[in-house]
Amino acid sequence: MRHGKYPFIIGFLAVPVVLYATFVVAAYIQTFQLAFTSWSGLGPIKYIGFDNFERLWNDDLFWRSIGHNLYLLILLPIITIAIALVFAFLLNAGGGMHKGVRGSKFYRVIFFFPQLMALAIVAVIFGRVFSTDESGMLNGLFPESWSPWLFLADERWALTCILAVMVWQAVGFYVVLFSAGMGSIEQEVYEAAALDGANRITLFFKITIPLLWSTLQVAWVYLGIAAFDAFALVNIMSVDRGGPDGATSVLSMMIYRNAFEYSQAGYASALGVALFFLTLTFAALTLRVTRREAH
Amino acid sequence: MTTTADAPAVPAAVSPVERKKREISPLNGLAHIALFAWAIATAGPLIWVLLASFKSNTEIFLGKPFALPSSFSFATYADAWTEANIGQYFLNSVFVVTISTAGTMLFGSMAAYVLARYQFKGNRFLYYLFVSGLAFPTFMAITPLFFILKNLGLINTFTGLILVYIAYSLPFTVFFLAAFFKSLPMEIDEAATVDGASHTRKFFQIMMPMAKSGLVSITIFNIVGQWNQYLLPVAIMQGAGADSKWVLTQGIANISVQAGYHAQWSTLFAALTLTILPMIVVYAIFQRQIQAGLTAGAVK
Repeated sequence: MRHGKYPFIIGFLAVPVVLYATFVVAAYIQTFQLAFTSWSGLGPIKYIGFDNFERLWNDDLFWRSIGHNLYLLILLPIITIAIALVFAFLLNAGGGMHKGVRGSKFYRVIFFFPQLMALAIVAVIFGRVFSTDESGMLNGLFPESWSPWLFLADERWALTCILAVMVWQAVGFYVVLFSAGMGSIEQEVYEAAALDGANRITLFFKITIPLLWSTLQVAWVYLGIAAFDAFALVNIMSVDRGGPDGATSVLSMMIYRNAFEYSQAGYASALGVALFFLTLTFAALTLRVTRREAH
Repeated sequence: MTTTADAPAVPAAVSPVERKKREISPLNGLAHIALFAWAIATAGPLIWVLLASFKSNTEIFLGKPFALPSSFSFATYADAWTEANIGQYFLNSVFVVTISTAGTMLFGSMAAYVLARYQFKGNRFLYYLFVSGLAFPTFMAITPLFFILKNLGLINTFTGLILVYIAYSLPFTVFFLAAFFKSLPMEIDEAATVDGASHTRKFFQIMMPMAKSGLVSITIFNIVGQWNQYLLPVAIMQGAGADSKWVLTQGIANISVQAGYHAQWSTLFAALTLTILPMIVVYAIFQRQIQAGLTAGAVK
């Protein structure tokens, strides 16, 4: 009955597996290999043991970049999920007895749109929004008596500006995601709780959040991945691509510059390996922290 | 979603519900304000870009960001389309994404189908190999990827970019579609085999049509993802004459840098508008499908 099964299997798998092996698997494996070389990108490859990692350990910019990634990793999910949860709750009234506010469909459509735009485009727009002179949208809106805000040019606030843009882009997606989750919560659950005298705040914490837990977990992972990236925003928006004075440098930016501008393919790969272990740690921590007993 | 408020048949339930409703009304006011504020914050920058695209440089620096432009001339748009090459970048993006999404869907669904419905040695290994690609960020491997392409002579070619887009879209596509193909009933499979359909025909004529809803979602997901790619084109489309092959995202980023040198901000804003407007139109038409497609991966 299964005549010709193996030729068929091989025929269907050949192209995707070859493509995947060549461009993805091989690239990931070579990251580990190149990390132990001093290769510039040209000429012979020389193995230098752990020298790259020693250099990385003593590289101030590396530690600062990790710090910035962690800052985004912690704040981006917390802020985005908090805002999106509140909005989704308001739009659906928690999937409960009230229909949610008027125009909820309209809000959902508007909120979601930034998710559709490339981060690169968003970065270009906000590069102008945050402009330090009157041509910037925000400085233009501020009263004339104020001295212009520096935003991205201010070391203390540059990274926060980038975080704000990430939140701006992400919220709508999670509003839609959480709305879908809330919509699937049984109406009776809310009605029963409301008849027991629970108010809306109690409903939110005692019913909506626990029943949405698996969706929240997914959101956390997605936002964590976004926080590890941030390349497009930093590369396009920030002063001196990672500045001012390294204030917005992140790992992705360091990898890119070492690989393509400083001819440091070996060192860039070592940074890639560091990123690999950070991602693993994040994944393990997320699984551990968000796992709930009896759920 | 139905409300209980319009159900006078159950008077017992109405009174506490009604009471709750009144209690909530000041909260509703706040809710409206918060939602409206976020809608403004979302749409504001886009409206500002649209207005600024009609303004002269002087007007842009006047510091009244939401003032109407003194005249609506489309000269800046002509500049953006031809001189700033937005037209070229746009067509490049369309070309690359059309082929790469088609390729992703074809190869992704082929692999997913075989891995989901055929038992053979190494099946699990290949499946987990594909899925593990989901876990790690692309730029971790960007350095070796560049040299792999260089050795194959694929740097700064559309072929290279398309193949890389397909390869890096496979993990999610295979993961999602394998789950989908698994959920299709086995009986149909057997009936088709009894009728003498070959494996290939079964796939294209029976399974693919049945998986349509899943295929649509994941196609949208891939189109949006590949259209918005920035890191891969920036890393791959470099070298002599690369700028004629740039895709939209890198083109816009470059116009932004150039605008800084030459202080041609209105051209940048026109270019941005030309990029965003088609998306708004597409979004307005396919809003429901797009939201479903992009959230597909998370809802599972």
